[in-house]
Amino acid sequence: MRGWHGAAAPPGRDTSVRTLETTMAGKPKLHYFNGRGRMESIRWLLAAAGVEFEEKFIETPEDWDKLRSDGHLMFQQVPMVEIDGMKMVQTRAILNYIATKYNLYGKDIKERALIDMYTEGIADLSEMIIVLPLCPPDQKEAKIALIKERTTDRYLPVFEKVLKSHGQDYLVGNRLSKADIHLVELLYYVEEIDPSLLANFPLLKALKTRISNLPTVKKFLQPGSQRKPPIDEKSLEQAKKIFRMK
Amino acid sequence: MATKPKLFYFRGRGRMESIRWLLAAAGVEFEEEFIETTEQYEKLLKDGRLLFGQVPMVEIDGMVLTQTRAILSYLAAKYDLYGKDLKETVRINMYTDGTLDLMLMIAVAAFKPPAEKEESLALVVKRAKTRYFPVFEKILKDHGEDFLVGNKFSWADIQLLEAILMVEELDASVLPEFPLLKAFKTRISNIPTIKKFLQPGSQRKPPPDSHYVEVVRSVLHF
Repeated sequence: MRGWHGAAAPPGRDTSVRTLETTMAGKPKLHYFNGRGRMESIRWLLAAAGVEFEEKFIETPEDWDKLRSDGHLMFQQVPMVEIDGMKMVQTRAILNYIATKYNLYGKDIKERALIDMYTEGIADLSEMIIVLPLCPPDQKEAKIALIKERTTDRYLPVFEKVLKSHGQDYLVGNRLSKADIHLVELLYYVEEIDPSLLANFPLLKALKTRISNLPTVKKFLQPGSQRKPPIDEKSLEQAKKIFRMK
Repeated sequence: MATKPKLFYFRGRGRMESIRWLLAAAGVEFEEEFIETTEQYEKLLKDGRLLFGQVPMVEIDGMVLTQTRAILSYLAAKYDLYGKDLKETVRINMYTDGTLDLMLMIAVAAFKPPAEKEESLALVVKRAKTRYFPVFEKILKDHGEDFLVGNKFSWADIQLLEAILMVEELDASVLPEFPLLKAFKTRISNIPTIKKFLQPGSQRKPPPDSHYVEVVRSVLHF
């Protein structure tokens, strides 16, 4: 899947400056398998920031062996993103770098702390969803039930309350940040599991609509973008083979 | 005058220990409230001080912060232990994400049944020896400097020392094959604030024992 071109910048950003930056620096290059996993939040954030990126998919066990033996993966793990002359690993480190660089990380360390706190909560729930495909079939129903419970009882109420408390369009500092992007991404996954989970969260539904309508996000949500679909049986088998998992 | 940060957690390492290390290394005095009963925990929940119903929680600078990494990043930035620019910060993040992963494996292992626990801890030692320590040994070798990033003491150094000591508790023989890490351990341990924290009587917590596991299980109902 090739990236889109000519995406509009998020409000307030000068597109021409960004184009110059990426031409000079080269596009970020994402190394992962052809699926969501832990790379998807990075794809979302780059896309939302209006940053074009390339992807090199790990498709065979040999690809995976080579990536590691070439010494490109600091802790022998992916995601890995080549960006600004660095081979970056660790999902959070990568996300925080992108957010800082593209001004999606609040205006000071207190706002950043709030963004981090919200992001970590989102990540905890997302983690449960990411690993769900790897769950043995006999445990799956229980896991899904737990995910649903956590969604409606622990996580979504918090964010609904945050939006209600300040009445602003974004979670932190009245400005778009990575927290909004990560949350909306999560809301799409929650909806995939069960649309009724969002029923009692009107402000979150409104946030989802609002963020989805930002030009860069809108483009990313369209077919043909680099957004990945939920993993199917065939891709899961392939991923397991590549990473030599049972 | 600013009030001291206040830490809310169980009386043990768990996910709070890295926060204690960072504060101590930065020379920041802090208070602790130890959760020992379900009632205490439920009060914290009822008072709405635990954003996602979880600890660690730290009251600092008028904020009620939860989520280990959010707290650590805030402290690192506040006390100038987070690098001088974005490229240094991302390297510190990469290194600390790695060492934190390793230490959380140890924290989680305490709650597993004996056979699984032993297996997990053996895996921690293996990962330390083959995945993590070689990386940090190489980093120190490549730049020949005293600290991991930017020739300056940072959060990455504090957390690596913490990880080294925790792994050594599991297997004392792990360090000899990493001479630069061995020297690093000595050097960082001798930094006055850290030296103080390593002495008996400090707020540093011991490895989890059965009592600690019991308390946590009974408070958190699992």
